[in-house]
Amino acid sequence: MATELGPAPVKSPASGTPEVHHGPKGVGEDNRILSQGKWASWLLAPTIVALGIVIVYPIVSAIIMSFQKDAGLDPATGLFTAGGPAGIQNYVNWLGQQCAAPGGGTVACPPGTLGGQFWTATGTTFFFTVITVVLETVLGFWMAMIMARTFKGRGLVRAAVLVPWAIPTAVTAQLWLFMFDFNGIINKLFNASILWTGSEWPAKWAVIIADTWKTTPFMALLILAGLQMIPAEVYEASKVDGASAWQRFRLITLPLVKPALMVAILFRTLDALRMFDLPYILTGGANNTTTLSILVINQIRQGFNSAAALSTITFLIIFLVAFIFVRFLGANVVEQSGATGKGKK
Amino acid sequence: MKTKLTAMGVLLMAGTLTLSACGGSTASGGGTGSGGDAAGGLDGRGPITYVQGKDNANVVRPLIEKWNAEHPDEKVTFKEQTDLPDQQHDDLVQHFQAKDAGYDVVAVDLVWTAEFAAKGWLQPLKDKMAIDTAAMLPSTVEGASYNGTLYSAPQTSDGGILYYRKDLVPEAPKTWDEMMEMCSIAKANNMGCYAGQFKQYEGLTVNASEAINSANGSVLDKDGKPSLNTAEAEQGLGNLVEAFQNGNIPKEAITYQEEQGRQAFQDGKLLFHRNWPYVYNLATTEGSSQVKDKLGMTVLPGKDGPGASSLGGHNVGVSVYSKNKATALDFLKFMTSEETQRFYAIQGSLAPVNSALYDDAELVKKLPYLPVLKTSIENAVPRPVTPFYPAVTQAIQENSYAALKGEKPVDQALSDMQKSIEAAGAGS
Repeated sequence: MATELGPAPVKSPASGTPEVHHGPKGVGEDNRILSQGKWASWLLAPTIVALGIVIVYPIVSAIIMSFQKDAGLDPATGLFTAGGPAGIQNYVNWLGQQCAAPGGGTVACPPGTLGGQFWTATGTTFFFTVITVVLETVLGFWMAMIMARTFKGRGLVRAAVLVPWAIPTAVTAQLWLFMFDFNGIINKLFNASILWTGSEWPAKWAVIIADTWKTTPFMALLILAGLQMIPAEVYEASKVDGASAWQRFRLITLPLVKPALMVAILFRTLDALRMFDLPYILTGGANNTTTLSILVINQIRQGFNSAAALSTITFLIIFLVAFIFVRFLGANVVEQSGATGKGKK
Repeated sequence: MKTKLTAMGVLLMAGTLTLSACGGSTASGGGTGSGGDAAGGLDGRGPITYVQGKDNANVVRPLIEKWNAEHPDEKVTFKEQTDLPDQQHDDLVQHFQAKDAGYDVVAVDLVWTAEFAAKGWLQPLKDKMAIDTAAMLPSTVEGASYNGTLYSAPQTSDGGILYYRKDLVPEAPKTWDEMMEMCSIAKANNMGCYAGQFKQYEGLTVNASEAINSANGSVLDKDGKPSLNTAEAEQGLGNLVEAFQNGNIPKEAITYQEEQGRQAFQDGKLLFHRNWPYVYNLATTEGSSQVKDKLGMTVLPGKDGPGASSLGGHNVGVSVYSKNKATALDFLKFMTSEETQRFYAIQGSLAPVNSALYDDAELVKKLPYLPVLKTSIENAVPRPVTPFYPAVTQAIQENSYAALKGEKPVDQALSDMQKSIEAAGAGS
């Protein structure tokens, strides 16, 4: 991503060394700890500075931009002039779908402007996210269950499953575009004449199918990792106790795989909320497949500052979803490796 | 609790990566008036840089070598961008915003000219920097100008051509209505009648503007204000909508970009096809082509005569931040000279802007579509020349797409288009 670094006097709070008090010495151990801490902060400093430059600076600068007006045209000279401070106008415009009116002030955005697409794009983004994540979880679980068994050629299957995930999304999208062509293989196969990328629901399903094809392996592998952490003795014991296959799945597999499953779902959800390449290449955002990310990219060419506001809004939406996951649904990114699921709370 | 916080920290980090990925360029938009920059470096001579998208036809390097051999003290370095127009555009924007003196001479897509000029990034080609445009086709000069001032020099041009099946059509249609009448021939042969590019993307802007302009309407008036609430515009867009409804345009054409349409035409599935000159070579040489000896070419049909093609092509401009503008101007003249254009046409099949070259026997032999293309370009209308081009093309695409699909009546689509373009022009 081309981010202008520029002269960035990034002051990261952690980049300075913590003050070392050379107070009353005496105990050699304290000294060693102190100098270790000093060493550590020196060693960490480059990383923190680098993160500051590539993450903190662009974000802060984007947020500052989002409170500026976009450049406007001076009718007298025909030249653009800097817009000046906008307050929260950019945010208000997006959320209220308001556009600048010819006489000054704002009006509801007419169809054909990016501003008029905010809520439909939000809806589309969530629609894609919910459907694809549900499909990918169910299919991924199923694939993981198969791959977890011992059978001949298991290694080959596991490697083969990864192929869709390994192909760059843009390439995937182009491949599916060929297949979804009116004269493409899919219409030929089903002897249909569906305009896959040219009408609303087929277009949405085209995106969903391509996305599911591509990312189910990712889910399958994460879930497989979770499945393999379940000790075989637990299953043996339950079999001895006479539990049926369904009972074993519901009472043993599901609860024990839940931590891994939640993390997988969380990652996929965050990823799906940023969906860009597939709809952009398949439909160009037509037929109600414009996601928030597509809207941001399109807006960048029409005005940076407004685009900065939109990407901040997008960020907040994604952050909120992540928060809900962690806070209420028990997805736990950090503890996951520690416990096998028991005594998590 | 602490681990939860750490977890949130990790998420915050992940989320912020998303944001920074979207943030893109961080410099604030809006060039100010550039009197100072435009006035500086006019007499400067020395090494310069030429910036252009990927040189697919391999014509730029030999030219620069030739120039460098003749001008050892004013050598040109070639900076090659990617072959994606959007990326080229954004790369130029970033360097202009940084006031980079290292981008002296730049290749500018026709539709960016107004935007860059209004941002004050392109040197006006007047007074000391003036060039001679007398030999060039007028519409190409118009497309390189903004508010009556020339901001870049036309270098290559492009216009739409109507390809047709000369084995089935006795005489090429001159007007849209004539063409629609010939659709009975298509029906009799069990093939589609007409298609252009109707997917929702830049190609749709080209096709919709052509329809409107060919019916004597216009997207923008002389002052750059939208003028779409007219009977002419309604007639123009209505022509396409009607053809979609009665099947003269096959329904799958709503998914067509250039390549899908070309494929359909080459497979013998279309009687008439609007596309760019590049189709000629492929349709006559590709092994799978069914129309090798049946390919006819004519100008786009209009209301009473030739239609108004949308103009394509590339211009060359000088950055206002260049320190060596005297050299830059010489190089710009060299790059747009008749000799260079001839070389471009022969070597790279790039259509010239110099009108005399279209009648050149040697060139016509090599590129048989030149006479048709000349008429096409002579009647061409630049796509709306406006500094708000990205918003204007968005408005045209979205609304005409809805109209073509029958989701919106034509007059409604046009008035929404009008309002959207007004909103863009109102600035923010």
